[in-house]
Amino acid sequence: MEKITKDHAALAEAFIQNEEHVDWHDGALWWIRQKRDIASKKIPEWEALREAASQIKNNVLSNLHDYLLQFEANATRNGIKVHWAADAEEHNAIVYSILKEKDIRQLVKSKSMLTEECHLNEYLIERGVDVINSDLGEYIQQLDNEPPSHIVLPCIHKRKEEIGALFHEHLGTEKGVSDPTLLTRVARKHLRNVFVTRRAALTGVNFAVAETGEYVVCTNEGNADMGAHLSDVQIASMGLEKIVPQKKHLAVFLRLLARSATGQPITIYSSHFKRPREGQEMHLILVDYGRSRQLGRPAFRDSLKCIRCGACMNTCPVYRKSGGLSYHNTISGPIGAILAPNLDMKKHADLPFASTLCGSCSNVCPVKINIHDQLYEWRQVIVREGYAANTKVFGMKAMAWTLSSPTSYARMGKAGRWVLNNIPFAVNNKLNPWFKQREMPDGRKGSFDEWYAKNNDQTEEADEH
Amino acid sequence: MHVGLFIPCYVNQFYPQAAIASLQLLRKLGVKVTFPPKQTCCGQPMANSGFEHLTQECNDLFLQNFSRFDYIVAPSASCVLHVKQHLHSTVDPALAEGVRSKVYELVEFLTDVLNVENLNARFPYKVGIHQSCHGLRGLGLAQMSELNAPSFSKPVQLLNMVEGLELVSLDRPDECCGFGGTFCVAEEAVSVKMGKDRITDHTKNGAEYITSVDLSCLMHLEGIIQRKKNAVKVVHIAEILNSTW
Ligand code: SF4
Repeated sequence: MEKITKDHAALAEAFIQNEEHVDWHDGALWWIRQKRDIASKKIPEWEALREAASQIKNNVLSNLHDYLLQFEANATRNGIKVHWAADAEEHNAIVYSILKEKDIRQLVKSKSMLTEECHLNEYLIERGVDVINSDLGEYIQQLDNEPPSHIVLPCIHKRKEEIGALFHEHLGTEKGVSDPTLLTRVARKHLRNVFVTRRAALTGVNFAVAETGEYVVCTNEGNADMGAHLSDVQIASMGLEKIVPQKKHLAVFLRLLARSATGQPITIYSSHFKRPREGQEMHLILVDYGRSRQLGRPAFRDSLKCIRCGACMNTCPVYRKSGGLSYHNTISGPIGAILAPNLDMKKHADLPFASTLCGSCSNVCPVKINIHDQLYEWRQVIVREGYAANTKVFGMKAMAWTLSSPTSYARMGKAGRWVLNNIPFAVNNKLNPWFKQREMPDGRKGSFDEWYAKNNDQTEEADEH
Repeated sequence: MHVGLFIPCYVNQFYPQAAIASLQLLRKLGVKVTFPPKQTCCGQPMANSGFEHLTQECNDLFLQNFSRFDYIVAPSASCVLHVKQHLHSTVDPALAEGVRSKVYELVEFLTDVLNVENLNARFPYKVGIHQSCHGLRGLGLAQMSELNAPSFSKPVQLLNMVEGLELVSLDRPDECCGFGGTFCVAEEAVSVKMGKDRITDHTKNGAEYITSVDLSCLMHLEGIIQRKKNAVKVVHIAEILNSTW
């Protein structure tokens, strides 16, 4: 693993160097946000649906233990082999042992953010198992040896020309070809071959129904189905929080998911898997990996309601201008910034600060996670736990602020001098990042309190005639 | 009705004209207004940086200054939101709760408490509204574009009473400007890029002025405008509503 040396601000600054590219990235994601707006506004009951989804998830989180056991019992009855993994290492070991038992050395994998979190591909490749990502975006990211930058649109930060160059290098397309349809056809040809030859397929899980023991996988490309239907061994990796109590609840989530993600009424394929085919083995791995710890943090447990639609990323202006990879975490954007500190507070101490707390994320979120409030809360926790170093001098400035206020504030005489010396964004010092691309506000006009002291008696009298 | 005027520290120092306009406007509307001296800060820059636990002194001072008024009004949505959400007292929680419910941003005070129906104001320019996020999504001064809900806007309601003023419509009516308190220096590159893009939206749609209920947003945008020697100007909404010529 490459060691993270740069924080979000530095990585974002590098991303912004190419302004034309940023504008394109920002525009592409804003376009998706607009598609989401249009789709959500076509449904009069949209806000009621969000509320219902939020309540269902609240219920799930409050009764997770029972629902998980109910799901396990029903899935097992259906013929699915259910495994439990406490962390990434256990998850990866389980996948490997399933493959090893069948002497399978090739795996096709559809989109699964969880296996990205667990770094499954690296783990398997080290042990001689070849993995191919079958989601087109993830396939492209794999060719480029880069993690996904967005949970729904893994290579949204790449322009078609860059993808054309990758295909030229790895798949032998003609140099300079960047037509998306053509490139997709080439990828499809390669992937078709993968699908028919791989005996094992791994998918993620969007929803698992406790009542029936089935699980649902949503894709637009049908790649999960292609892999699963042609496999002898089918594996599903699932975060503990993906449970819904009953099948009817899918009606709420499936309507919200695709509209929030891309503005589609529904994902092209919403596939239900319930029991293995004749002669097939079906495994499902329930993965904790920090989730139960997050569940135990009252201020942050709601983050587990997430259905990974990506709407909070598309709407986030910081995300759009800085790119998903600047979050140096599998899950990027606002939701990534509230999930990541749970896993490693020190490493991700910068992420809750990579936000203006504008609140747009919380209001597009289909399950109504109070994302921006949690960002604020994480800041408090990170400072309290002593990881504020990543946020550099600003914490210190804030400290100085308190110490000089209000008593020393009064001693300073002129409030203005105090403001100029203490407000982080107005510190009168040419090294302040404010000045890099902005002029300093004009502090020479005289302050309001001075004006008031001079003029108030007159004005008040004049007005109280 | 006795109103305590809450003027945030940076407004006091950098935008006295907005504070004066707020005071004059309220008095013009027949309200008794007092500006208690020794105001410092609501504590927001600290709290948003993760140091909320160090803001008690600010809270206590705020209570000392303002608890005696019927209402507390400030020309700054962001500071008002912070007070509404985070003003606490260790000695008298009930007092803090009472004060929290009496704090109003200027525009909402005009529309919701004073029920202003006309203003004697004239501002013959093309104006773009910059929705401050804390005003919009925090205080609910207007409907946000994220929700499927009926639209309304308290700032527009007031600006429509101003003679000669023409509102321009924007491509992205409520996107954040990138100020974000210490974010503006901690994430300098992203902050400036966000600000630049907001300004472009206003200028390309013909705005001569950008107005807002938050001077912090405007201070950030003005800094970029001046560095780029752009022609568009920023003006706090109180100055427009108080403009008489
Ligand atoms: S936090 Fe909400 S908006 Fe963001 S990905 Fe999860 S469900 Fe979607």
